[in-house]
Amino acid sequence: MNNQKRIAIIGATSAIAEQCARLWIKQDVTHLILIGRSRERVEVVAKDLLVRNPKVNVEIREANFLDPEAIVKTVSELFIKGPIDIALIAHGSLPDQSECQEDLTLCKETLDLNGVSPVLYAEAFAQHMSNLNQGTIAIIGSVAGDRGRKSNYVYGAAKGLINRYAQGLQHRFAGSKVQVTLIKPGPTATPMTAKMKGKFATAEEVASTITQGINQKKSVIYAPGKWWLIMMVIRHLPRFIFNKLNI
Amino acid sequence: MKAINSWGRLSHDDHLVLTLQDRTKVGTLIQEINPLKGIAHGMGRSYGDVSLNPNNPLWLTTSLDHFISFDEITGRLTCEAGVLLKDIQQYFIPRGWALPVTPGTQMVTVGGAIANDVHGKNHHLVGSFGDHVTRIELVRTTGEQIECGPQQNREWFLSTIGGLGLTGVISSAELQLRPIASPWLDTESIPYSNLTEFFHLSDSSEKDWEYTVSWVDCMSDSGRGIFMRANHSSSNKVSPPKKQSKRIPLVPPFSLVNSLTLRPFNLAYYTLNKLNAGKNLVHYEPFFYPLDKLLEWNRIYGPKGFFQYQSVVPRAVGQDASNAMLREIKKAGEGSFLAVLKTFGSRKSLGMLSFPEPGVTLALDFPNHGARTHKLFERLDAIVKEAKGRIYPAKDARMPRELFEAGYPKLNEFLQYRDPGISSSLSRRLMGS
Repeated sequence: MNNQKRIAIIGATSAIAEQCARLWIKQDVTHLILIGRSRERVEVVAKDLLVRNPKVNVEIREANFLDPEAIVKTVSELFIKGPIDIALIAHGSLPDQSECQEDLTLCKETLDLNGVSPVLYAEAFAQHMSNLNQGTIAIIGSVAGDRGRKSNYVYGAAKGLINRYAQGLQHRFAGSKVQVTLIKPGPTATPMTAKMKGKFATAEEVASTITQGINQKKSVIYAPGKWWLIMMVIRHLPRFIFNKLNI
Repeated sequence: MKAINSWGRLSHDDHLVLTLQDRTKVGTLIQEINPLKGIAHGMGRSYGDVSLNPNNPLWLTTSLDHFISFDEITGRLTCEAGVLLKDIQQYFIPRGWALPVTPGTQMVTVGGAIANDVHGKNHHLVGSFGDHVTRIELVRTTGEQIECGPQQNREWFLSTIGGLGLTGVISSAELQLRPIASPWLDTESIPYSNLTEFFHLSDSSEKDWEYTVSWVDCMSDSGRGIFMRANHSSSNKVSPPKKQSKRIPLVPPFSLVNSLTLRPFNLAYYTLNKLNAGKNLVHYEPFFYPLDKLLEWNRIYGPKGFFQYQSVVPRAVGQDASNAMLREIKKAGEGSFLAVLKTFGSRKSLGMLSFPEPGVTLALDFPNHGARTHKLFERLDAIVKEAKGRIYPAKDARMPRELFEAGYPKLNEFLQYRDPGISSSLSRRLMGS
């Protein structure tokens, strides 16, 4: 009998994803499949997890993040050995907003990597999980997707795409045994944000909110939880006030 | 640019923060900033300016937090330099292995522990952190990658241990962990009423007790205090204590450590500990890291921050010098919550700039009162200098250059190993560049 939980992580080298993996391997015996663009970097993460818990089963895969056919292939291969219990879709990049405004190539890359690519991965997982009528798809969006702001609206737009997509997917799977969880981290202290001013939640804190939320089968997870309230206020600010804010 | 402070919160200058994320690319990243000079920065737990470099690059190492390998038979652990001591303890103590040397906080990186050659309560038996490092990967801004250890490239090893981050960036290291039977310690605390008693207790405990340390009441006339000693226990019967940490939620407008609070605090601390004196079974976390439970405790000193003053003086003059320092502090009307007195063992430190040397170390904290505090430090410096002692750079933000030079006779030898692309506030202050 195999009661190992199989968890696939897309973008396994992202700071939040890695912290989630570290929490999962502390729980029961887990089978992790780490997927990233660079085999060497994923390998570093995998070795670290194996030192932390030698009993855990870790596989690594190098994958393309943008080519739809490659995405379908990568995800299909994961299901050959058995169902995936949790798919955490965590990849992304945070470019400088002003550079996105000046360089439309970067702008497109940002939209593709943070918006289109996670949606394609989720859709590929949805197909298999729908057939099996089981599994959890957890996608990392962002509070930046809740309302467009001048400081990061290109990134925000991509994350906003994930918002709507996850909403639709939740509608599709309502009443089934497939769970769709949208995760919206607030600003988190990661290499992506090291240069930014302000005090952020640690990736470890955010990951702990995420893994708990996934366990509780939440539809939307703000991480840390206080961002639910903050974004509620920001979403509802009238435009004439919002437009005066320097955020 | 981002405002960065160290643990003493004495300055909040802007730094050009660059994250080291991939240990194979450390070399590329640290060479990119030429002609600027940078310094590695981990958890920012050093008190002064050893890891600060205002308006210049700071290489953040906290993302280099991966374990690389562990040998369950020999206890050898290889890890990246940004791994926290907390992670090592947390993952390996349940498996019967622990760090052989740990400072009073586990929220520091392995790289920082090596670069400052930190010590713990068991120095008299096992030496300092560097004594248990078996290999260091050093990456230099010159493009060199140097693997060094006790036998290999030994001169680089001895310059990098306690080398204040100035010989290159440590990207990974191999450590020898020690076997332990349980996460518990058998402890005993004994009140003492003067320094003569302290030295007697300390000397008589060194052989049979692995850990010894004492808190000294620097507001008292006599130099009374609480002596603590402990050994690893083989008991495994009790379940570990629940983790509860509290945070100092804000920076109070003035230091909460002041002339009004010190005397009652010290009196209460002494009295309570005297009442609770005796033998106990204590979990390793509250024993080694009592302050880690109070997150951001450095905020209690208010917006101006605080200084740590840690000196070591040879054993022969230890009692006189310690007494003289405590007298000066009292006379100045200053004082310290966290006054710690400990004897170091006779083991010589490996590092050319390592702080521990045989003798007595006294660590004190002082709220920053500007000129008044600096005046007191000058008088303490005079005592340390006369005793032929030295001050701990990891805690320092102000020692005069000549005291540093007098305290560290291997400085000139060390300077040959400096990385030309690395500089910190401390190196400019104490080494001129």
